[in-house]
Amino acid sequence: MAEHKKEIDKLSGVETTGHEWDGLKELNNPLPKWWLYLFYATIVWSVGYWVLMPSWPLVSDYTSGLLGHSQRANVHREFEAAMSERAETGNQLMEASLEEIRSTPELLEFALASGGAAFADNCAPCHGTGATGFEGYPNLQDDVWIWGGSMDDILQTISYGVRSEHPDTRFGEMLAFGRDEILNDDEISAVANYVAAELAGTEPEDGADLDTGATVYMDNCAACHGDEGLGSKELGAPNLTAPNYLYGNTVEAIEAQVNNPRHGVMPPWIDRLGETTVKSLAVYVHSLGGGQ
Amino acid sequence: MSAWKKHEIFEKNSLILTIGIVVMISIGGLVEIVPLYYLKSTIEETEGMRPYTPLELAGRNIYVREGCYTCHSQQIRPLRDELERYGPYSLAAESMYDRPFQWGSKRTGPDLARVGGKYSDEWHRDHLINPRSVSPTSVMPGYPFLAENKLDTRDIREHLELNAVYGVPYTEEQIQYARADLVAQANPDRGDIDGFEERYPGVAARAFDGDPSDVTEMDALVAYLQMLGTLVDFELYDNNANLR
Repeated sequence: MAEHKKEIDKLSGVETTGHEWDGLKELNNPLPKWWLYLFYATIVWSVGYWVLMPSWPLVSDYTSGLLGHSQRANVHREFEAAMSERAETGNQLMEASLEEIRSTPELLEFALASGGAAFADNCAPCHGTGATGFEGYPNLQDDVWIWGGSMDDILQTISYGVRSEHPDTRFGEMLAFGRDEILNDDEISAVANYVAAELAGTEPEDGADLDTGATVYMDNCAACHGDEGLGSKELGAPNLTAPNYLYGNTVEAIEAQVNNPRHGVMPPWIDRLGETTVKSLAVYVHSLGGGQ
Repeated sequence: MSAWKKHEIFEKNSLILTIGIVVMISIGGLVEIVPLYYLKSTIEETEGMRPYTPLELAGRNIYVREGCYTCHSQQIRPLRDELERYGPYSLAAESMYDRPFQWGSKRTGPDLARVGGKYSDEWHRDHLINPRSVSPTSVMPGYPFLAENKLDTRDIREHLELNAVYGVPYTEEQIQYARADLVAQANPDRGDIDGFEERYPGVAARAFDGDPSDVTEMDALVAYLQMLGTLVDFELYDNNANLR
């Protein structure tokens, strides 16, 4: 380290650092006072923080601080507070029938607000933000209900799901008539044309054998979907005369479904969301337009 | 100034400055990082945590490969709105078998820490193939190739071995039968499902990609997504014993 002589800059009267670049010298000004005191203040603050807040690690634990701060305890408290705020109206909602909810503006507002929020978070990914569904995911705005559109039916479906892992799930599966070789290709083609022409009201293929289709239908399909094709909500067998087919109502789509049916799964929500939110959701879904 | 006089030795000798920096950073590390390795309170006591099955681990590798963490976090913070939207906040224990963890810090998409069981397998498939098919305003890219790519299972055993080196408690049997277990979980009808269930009791096994004929990358990723956040039994978890 080369010693340098103290050199005072003539113009400012401040000592230089002794560094020089092509004749330019660096003044050794002191740190600004405001900055320095702020720096000292942060050191004092840290000492106070160590005493009051969780900070230093020890051998088997850490100092928890005089204020007993805990982020997790805080959130539990906030969460409990929010829950108890809603508890009174929530409990009334649980007790109330659909008619009572409809005639009590306070309950209806509560159910639609919390149901709407829960719908956006949890249901919209499959049923769409407008609840109009997608192919394979039912439209909740229309009058077509595979598992029933009454308040109780909707509540049951949301709570336990469809073909879910919950023990109380709704369950129904159509046989794979083609894959498992119950019907041959001609019979499947005939029955798909029959369903399209007579029940769905879509165009059958030219020269389709509707009589054979009718026989095949009565022998194989009517047990669940009914002689008239009106379906069965107990079995989850869709109404085949309804306009919205989950997987399409063209002959081709019906053939595919008879051959090797797709079965959608709806998860159970009762454990994830709790019974009050599920009831709010049921009221919300029921209110969308198709509720029965 | 006298402080300048003492500091001058650091400012004029790069080696001494370097040593000074290393000493200061080491103190910070010793105080802030090292205690996390020995404090018992770092990792909560929970019921239900288990190592990933080979199929889930392969799915997790795809999650990392495709950079899912750049848009999806896996960390529910202890804030009320997050609890109401996603469920219980994430615990350190839930990432203890993650090497590396997938907490992430950016949420272009939603947090995925508790996405397991929230949607159906079919929804995950439709959504991964083309997110717009079920979520019209989504900005997520589609991953249709996952359903077509056969899963590369050649090195799955080594993945388990490597995790075991880091302390993930895989048994020797689990490592030995890694590939068989992977196939059995994605294809219960063809693989050795009894052996799988013995090594991973209570773990769901099904054709996650809806097609039991093959094990695809879609199988692996959906299996992984469907177990995220479902392991810890929050009925048994004691919140108050684990305040931080």
